[in-house]
This record gives sequence, structure tokens and C-alpha cells, in this order.
Amino acid sequence: MNPAGNNIVPPAGRALPRASDALPWALVTPALGWTLLFFVLPFIAMGFSSLTAHEGGGFTLSNYSQFFTNPSYWQAMVNSLEVTAIVTVVSVLLAYPFAWILAEQVPERWQRLALMLAVLPFWTSYVVRSYSWLLVLAQNGVINRALTGSGLVSEPLQLANTRLATVTGFVHFFVMLLTLTIFANLKQLSPSYRKAAADLGAGPVRTFLHVILPLTLPGIMVGAFLTFVLCIGDYITPQILGGNNELLMPQLVMMQIGRRGDFPLASALSIILMAVVTVAYLACARWLKIERA
Amino acid sequence: MSIKSASGNPLSVLKRHLHAACAATAFLLGAGSLAEAADLNALIWCDHSDPALLQPFEEANNVKVNVKEFEGTGAGLAIVEQSQPGDWDVMVIDSIDVPRGVEKGLFEPLPEDKLPFADLFPQVKMDGSTVVGGKRYGITEKFGYNTIGFNKTKVDPADMQSLASLTADKYKGKVAIYDYYLPVIGMAALAIGKKTADLTEADLPALKEELLKMKANAKLVGEVTASQTALATGEVDILVGGGEWVTAGLAKENPALDFSIPKEGAVLWSQSLAMFKDSKNKDMALKFIQYILSPEGQARLATSSCYWGMPANTKAALTDDQKKVLRFDEQPGFLARAQAYPAPNADLDKKMQDMWTEMLQAK
Repeated sequence: MNPAGNNIVPPAGRALPRASDALPWALVTPALGWTLLFFVLPFIAMGFSSLTAHEGGGFTLSNYSQFFTNPSYWQAMVNSLEVTAIVTVVSVLLAYPFAWILAEQVPERWQRLALMLAVLPFWTSYVVRSYSWLLVLAQNGVINRALTGSGLVSEPLQLANTRLATVTGFVHFFVMLLTLTIFANLKQLSPSYRKAAADLGAGPVRTFLHVILPLTLPGIMVGAFLTFVLCIGDYITPQILGGNNELLMPQLVMMQIGRRGDFPLASALSIILMAVVTVAYLACARWLKIERA
Repeated sequence: MSIKSASGNPLSVLKRHLHAACAATAFLLGAGSLAEAADLNALIWCDHSDPALLQPFEEANNVKVNVKEFEGTGAGLAIVEQSQPGDWDVMVIDSIDVPRGVEKGLFEPLPEDKLPFADLFPQVKMDGSTVVGGKRYGITEKFGYNTIGFNKTKVDPADMQSLASLTADKYKGKVAIYDYYLPVIGMAALAIGKKTADLTEADLPALKEELLKMKANAKLVGEVTASQTALATGEVDILVGGGEWVTAGLAKENPALDFSIPKEGAVLWSQSLAMFKDSKNKDMALKFIQYILSPEGQARLATSSCYWGMPANTKAALTDDQKKVLRFDEQPGFLARAQAYPAPNADLDKKMQDMWTEMLQAK
């Protein structure tokens, strides 16, 4: 009842603000502030930078047009997409059985240890891990010594400084990331799904293809998207393991900054890279929702 | 892009404000640590961060030298642009890029009478770059050559006296190229008989052809660490664009590594020290430059743990062994054949970088 004694309820949507309504906003304010300060503002700055000329300032679209007219810039994007796609697919194919074994075959009491071993690569510096791979794949490295020592090949193979080396370095890292996301997904599945499928006469293969795989697709897609984002934006691994025998987008961005300090062109290339990531996000959006439909 | 030239453009004004806001935030966040011990702030290459170089100066002058490393002139100038005036006291910069800093109004003329110019190798004073408008803004402190580094047990050292060997079938797959476009383009120019100082846009097709031939022979194109690792581990036997800075540092562990100055010549790299116009501690900045150019400072800088290189001062207090590794006594002959880094204008520089990008993408 209001002070005038009328028992009037405010119309829906016009309720008086209560202290508890402000609480959620108060809780998210630090995160919003952080995002504003360290993502939105720099992104706006980068956007404006990408529209200015390197020499003399002034508005220009030439930084973007360079990307679309210079074949070697285009090639960098094609290389990036190819490498990222290969890494993502290979990582998924390796991670799924690994996650399956962890979730289904390893006894519960050993799973924690197995998971810890799985995430060990995350504890090693990115640079150190890449250089380690370089030494493994080098002409005098472990693999070539084993191959030549066993007589399987007469001359060392070129493994380092190739796309194969870049992909190997990436896959080593991302298989673990994907294993974790798929493992979490598999553990959420109720055993009753399998029982129901078996009751309906489905064998293990049909159960996997028609029940388990569709239900774990969100986990796969989340991991694949993370792999895509981290892989397409990485500079270190292709720089160390690829031997610069082909250029990827992050390397092209860095080239603009090193000597020439061409931040406008570097900004434009970065925004194009972000646009590609956004397209990838939209393509996977169905599976990237937090709540499962 | 100069700040002055961008002043009237709304986009540039907004961009500058955003830069200023970011710089102010960064400065506020870092102010505490700077305020505690900042006596001299130096924007440097990694060879100056060696404690063996800095400690004697700090102890003798009761000063703390705060260093920040950067990799290329563009990145260094970007740091300065996003800092407050007076944040930095001294800077290490490619000698050929000193005019870029002067053009931006960053540097203070150096007092020639208080620095040992008479003791420097005459060829590395680089007056064409370090003197602008009749005033000297930079002093060369260290130099060397972008040339051929090689493993003398794996290749014929006689072959390494000619740049033509780099594109010969004999060494296919045994070559690494140092990933910096200007010096390697300079080497390509020498290989086709052009002078690095005279390069124009008309030379680009011939240079590109030579670069593509080099690439066809190369196993990798790598930055300093990657190319040095490739030579040290036997992945390759020849490094194009490497020189004493690669082989000297590894000489103790691998005495088979060597470098040559081929008959066509080599590209002279040279790094200078400059003082900031807005430095709040110009006396100490000058003392620092004097120390680095002193015989003791020069010896420590030349043999810095990050990379070795020839000291600009002929009187550097190097040991006989160090001089041998650096091939100190052979310098007059080397310098006679060396040519300066290409110093293209902004337009040609951009075209050269694009040509380099094409070379990297070539299969």
C-alpha cells in the first residue's frame, strides 16, 4: 500500500528501482571498466589509426586498399587461414580420442593426474617450446638422427623451417586445449543416453555417431574456436618454426612496425584479422552459446 | 608521421588524444617505479643492457640507468611518440636514422669538443647522417658488417670471397638469410654491381631478381636468434646478412664460424648514441655518452653478451684475444670495401619492404 493509502501497483516495467537492482551492475562494473580501458578504447584508437596516412596524416582508405591490391599481403591471409584450418582439424582429430580415453577409459582416481599431465605444455614458455621443437626437427635433430641412423633415409629431411614445423608446434599446444574442452563435455553426458541408445538397438558406432558426437559438438566447437583465434593471431611459433619461408598475417603486421613504424597499415591489417575472427565467431555462434539448447 | 603535419586533421587529433590518454595511463602506472630510481632513462638496443657495461658507470656516478629495449627505429620512435617529453635522456639508433629523429625535433646537438671524435675510425663517423644542418646529433659507438657468415669447415672459404656463391647451386639449401630487408637488399645491390647509396626505384626489378635467386637457395629467412641458431646448429652453413655479430659471439663455442668481406664489398651497419632535447638530465646523459665512447666503455660494449661488434673508437681497451675475434687489425681493409646501409626515402623504403614481402612469400 502506498503512503496515500491506495493499493496501486506500478505498471509493469515501471517498477521503482530497488537497491538490489543496482547490485548486478555494481558487480560487473569492474569488468566493464577493464574491457572499456583495455579493449574498447585501444580498438577505437586502432580503428582511427587504420584510417590515417602513415606520412602526413589525413584520412585515407589506402591502408585497406593495399591489402586488397597487394598479392603478397593477400597471400599472407591465405597462408594464415590454411595453417589455422589444418591446425584446428588435426588438433580436433587428435584431441577427441585422447579426451575420450581420459573420460571413459582412465579410472576416476587417475583422471586428475592424467589431466595434469595433459596440461603440462601450458606450463612451458611458448618461446622455449618452439625452440625445443626447432631442435627436435632440425637437420641434426632427434628425428633426423633417428631416421638416418636407422637407415630409413640417406639424407636428413627438411623438417624444420617448414609449414609442417609450424603446424607441429601449434598442434602440440592446442591438442591439450581441445582435450580439456572435449573432456569437460564428455563428463557432462549422462550415462543414460548410452543406455537408451543401446535399448533402442544401436551399436557402439551408431551410438557414437548419432548420440555422443552431436552432444559433444558444442565442446568441440568451443575448443576449435579458441584454437582458431589463438592460432591465427600467433606470431612466435611461425616466426621460429616456419623459417619465414611463408609469411602469416601476424608476421606481416610486425613487419610494418619494426623499422618503418607504419602503425596505420599495421592497424588496418590487424582490423582485417579481427574481422576474420568475427566471421569465424558468427559461423560457430550456434555452438558457442553458454546454455545448451 | 610527424605530429606537426597531422595537427589539422580531425582523425589525427582524435588519434593523438587517444594516444595521449594511453600514454598518460601508462605513465601513471609506471611512474612509481620510475620515480624511485630514475636518474638516467635510456632507450637502447640489447647490447646496452649488459650489467657488465652499465654497472661501472652506475657505480662511478652514483646513478641508476633505467633501460628499455626496442628492436627497430620505427618501434623506438613510436615509444618516444607515446611518452611524455623528458621521459628519455639518451637513445641508441641506426646512424642512418638519426635524421628521422632530428626531423621530429627529438634530439639535442652534441658538443663535439667533449667527445672523442678524433679517435673514431674515420669511415664510421657517418657525417652524412649524424650531422644535420651543420650540427652533430649522433655519435657512432659500434659498427660492423652485414655480410657473409659461414662455417669454414663446411664451405670453401675461397667461395665466400664472392657474393656470387650465395646464388650458386653448390650451396643450395645450405643458406640462411637474415630477416632485415635493408642490409640484405644492400648486399643484393653489391652483388649486381650497384652502389647502395645510389639505389633508386629503377633498380628494384634487378634487386628483386637477385633476392629471389638468394631465396631459391635459402633454407630459411630468420631474425637474429633464428639465423644464428641455424648456423650454430649446422642447419645451414652460410648466413647472408650476418657477420661478426653472429660469429664473434659464438667463436669460443664454435671456432669454425667465420665471416668474410667479399670482393664486391659488404654493407656497413653503424649504431649511434643521441641525446634527447627534452632530457631533464643532460649533464648525466652527456657523461653516459662519454663513458660509452671511452676506451673502457667501448671494450665492454663491443663484447656485450647480447652481441659483439666493432667499437667505433680505435683506442677501445680490448684484449688481444678479443681483437683477434673481432678482426680488429683487418678493419682498414674491410672498411675500404664496405658501403653504407641503403637510406631510401619513405616512398622507396615502402617499395623495398613490399619487395621483401614478395621475396618471403616466394616458393
